[in-house]
Amino acid sequence: MINTMECAVDAQSLISISLRKIHNSRTQRGGIKLHKNLLVSYVLRNARQVYMNEKYAEIYRMQQYEEVMTVCNEIQELNPLDLVEDCEEQTADCCGSANESASLCGALLPVSHQAPSVQHLQPSSACSVPLALQSEEVCKAPEPSFYRSCCAEAYPVSNCDFSPVNSMHCNKTTVLDLDTHVVTTVENGYLHQDCCASLQQCCQGAQSPAKKRKLDFGYYVSEIEEVPDFTPCKRAKFEDSSYASTEPLDTSNISNLISIFGSGFSGLVSRQADLEQALNGQFCSKQALASLGAWTRAIVAF
Amino acid sequence: MVSGAGGGGNDVQWCFSQVKGAIDDDVAEADIISTVEFNHSGELLATGDKGGRVVIFQQETENKSQPQCRSEYNVYSTFQSHEPEFDYLKSLEIEEKINKIRWLPQKNAAQFLLSTNDKTIKLWKISERDKRPEGYNLKEEDGRYRDATTITTLRVPVFRPMDLMVEASPRRVFANAHTYHINSISVNSDNETYLSADDLRINLWHLEITDRSFNIVDIKPANMEELTEVITAAEFHPHQCNTFVYSSSKGTIRLCDMRASALCDKHSKLFEEPEDPSNRSFFSEIISSISDVKFSHNGRYMMTRDYLSVKIWDLNMENRPVETYQVHEYLRSKLCSLYENDCIFDKFECCWNGNDSVVMTGSYNNFFRMLDRTQRRDVTLEASRESCKPRQVLKPRRVCAGGKRKKDEISVDSLDFNKKILHTAWHPQENIIAVATTNNLYIFQEKVN
Repeated sequence: MINTMECAVDAQSLISISLRKIHNSRTQRGGIKLHKNLLVSYVLRNARQVYMNEKYAEIYRMQQYEEVMTVCNEIQELNPLDLVEDCEEQTADCCGSANESASLCGALLPVSHQAPSVQHLQPSSACSVPLALQSEEVCKAPEPSFYRSCCAEAYPVSNCDFSPVNSMHCNKTTVLDLDTHVVTTVENGYLHQDCCASLQQCCQGAQSPAKKRKLDFGYYVSEIEEVPDFTPCKRAKFEDSSYASTEPLDTSNISNLISIFGSGFSGLVSRQADLEQALNGQFCSKQALASLGAWTRAIVAF
Repeated sequence: MVSGAGGGGNDVQWCFSQVKGAIDDDVAEADIISTVEFNHSGELLATGDKGGRVVIFQQETENKSQPQCRSEYNVYSTFQSHEPEFDYLKSLEIEEKINKIRWLPQKNAAQFLLSTNDKTIKLWKISERDKRPEGYNLKEEDGRYRDATTITTLRVPVFRPMDLMVEASPRRVFANAHTYHINSISVNSDNETYLSADDLRINLWHLEITDRSFNIVDIKPANMEELTEVITAAEFHPHQCNTFVYSSSKGTIRLCDMRASALCDKHSKLFEEPEDPSNRSFFSEIISSISDVKFSHNGRYMMTRDYLSVKIWDLNMENRPVETYQVHEYLRSKLCSLYENDCIFDKFECCWNGNDSVVMTGSYNNFFRMLDRTQRRDVTLEASRESCKPRQVLKPRRVCAGGKRKKDEISVDSLDFNKKILHTAWHPQENIIAVATTNNLYIFQEKVN
C-alpha cells in the first residue's frame, strides 16, 4: 500500500511523465538504458495502482450513495406498478420534454425519435428494477450521480469525469446506443442528444487510436490478457539482440501512443472537455489504464 | 609524511590542495568526469571522462628536506581510451564514455590499468621512456638510411637520456562479451583474472586472453517481461580470490563463491534489509536501488550506496546493515521533483579511507560527505572554486531542511542539483582525497600543522 500524500491527480501526471521518459529514452545516445527504464516502469506501476485505487474508491462511494438514494426514494414512492407500466410503454414524457430533464430511464429507454432498441441496453441486473420504479421520480429530481452505476453496465458507455479533485458527483454521463449509434449525454442533470454524424465521427476517432495501439502492442506485448477488447496479437519474441534493437520500434506509433495517453488523462482531468475529446479521452484512458499492465511489462522488453 | 592511520581518530581538517580542469561555467559534455581512481600506491590518480579520454596524474616525489611542502599531482599521461562506435547490426551508437577505471597492481616498471565503456574493456600499459638509443651505424639520427658505402668505421649504439616521455599503449581489447551496458569491472586478488558486469550478466576474464570469457552470473529471465531487477555493481573480495559480490536495483547484495559452481546464479549470501513500510512512496524502488558497492580494505565489511543513504554491512550478517548513514535525508520530500528532472537516477559512488574508519560519498550542490565510523560523526564539505586558496581549510556546510534557516546554512531549495559529486576517491594510505565535480577534479589534503 503506497503511503503517499499525492492524490490521484499526481498519479496521473506521474504516469505521463514516466511515459515521456520512456519515449525519450529511445532517442538517447548509447541505446536504451535497461536499468533506468525498469525503474521508471516501477513508478508507472505504483502511480497506476494509486490511480486505480482512487477510481475504484470513488465508484464504490458513488454506488453506496446511489443505493442509499434508491432506498430513500423507494420509501417515498408512488404505486410501483404504475411506474413499471409507464416505462414499458416507453413513455418519453419526461425525457422528451423541452426541459430535457434528466432521467436514467430516458437515457436507457427510447427518447423521442430514438429507436426502441435502446431498451435492450437496459441492464438486466438488479438495479434495473428499482430504476424502473424511479423513472418518473427521477425525471422530476435529476441526480447526475444516480446514473452512473447503471450506465456502467451498458457498453461501451464511457464514464464521466473522474476528476477526484472535484466533487464526487458525476457531471456527465454518456450512453451509446449500439443500434442507432446515438450518443446520449446527460450533463448536470440535463439530457443532450448528439446527432449520429458527430457520434460516428467520435466513434471512428475512438477507433483509430485503438487500432494504432493494436499495432503497438503487437510490437511490444506478448501477453495482452488485460486488454480484452483487442484481438490477440502476434507474440513478439525477444532475444538478446532485440533488446538493444530499435528497428522494430516505430517512433510514430510511440508518439501517437504517448499523445493518446496524454489526451486520455487530460480528458479525465478537464471538466470542460467537449464530448468528442471526452469520448476519445475516456475511451482511450479506459483502454490505456486497462492495458497499462501490459505496457508496463512491455517496457522492460526493450 | 605518512600519517599511518590514514585518517580517523582525531579530527581531520581538510584543506584545498589543487583543482584540475577548466574554469569555465560552460561545461563541454566531453569533459564531464565519469570515473576517478587512485592506483594501489596512491602515486597515480586516473580520471576518465565522457569523451573517452583518460588523464593520469602523478604525485610528485616529496622533498624530504621540506616536509611542509605538499606533494602535488601533475599530469602524467593523457590518452584517448575509447572512441564512439556504431553497432550496425543493432543500429546502436556505443558511447565512448569511460564508465570505470581499475588499476592493476604493479609488477614491473610499467603501470597497467583497465578502462571500460558500455561494451568494451581495454588493458592499457603506461610506461616511461627516458632514454633513447643513439649512434646507429646504418641510420642517421633523423632515421634516414645511410649509404653503406660511406661507412668507414663501426660504433656501438648507446642509450642517452632524453626528456621523459610517458607512453600509453593498448595491450588487450576485451570486446563483444556484453549485450547490455557494462557498469563495473573489478580486478581479482590473484592478479590474473578480473570480472566485468553489465545489467544482467557478469563475466570472468583472464587478463591474457581476449577472445573468450566465462559467464559466472546470469540473471536474465527467460521472458524479458518478467524482469524485475538488474545488476548495478560488482566487486571481487580484496583477499579471497573466489569471492565476489554484486548489488541489484532492488537493494539487495549477493555474495557468491566461485568454488561452489561454475555458474554463480545461486548466491552464498544474500544481504537485504526489509523496507520500512511507512516510507513507501511512488519512488521506493528507485531510491532503494544500489548505485555502488565497495569492500573495505580489510575485507570484513562492504559498503553500499543507494540514493539517500550509505550502509555498512558485516559480511557475517545478512539480515541488516551494521551501520546506516543518511547522506541527504532532506531530499526525501523532494523525490517527485528529482524524478522529473532525472536527478533521482544519479548514481553516486562511495569510498573507504585507508584504514576503513571513514567513508566518503558525494551529494548535490558540490557537497560531499565524510562519515566517521569510529567517532560516529559526519561532516559536509563543499568543492568550490571559492575555497581555492592554497591550504585553505574547508568549512563544514549545513543544509537547512525546514524551519528557520540559520546563518551559514543553505536551504534545500537553494541547492544546485546540476552540481553533483558522483565520483570520489581516497588515497590508499594518506589523507588525500580526489573529488570530481562535473568537469573539475579537486584534490584535498589533510591539514598539516
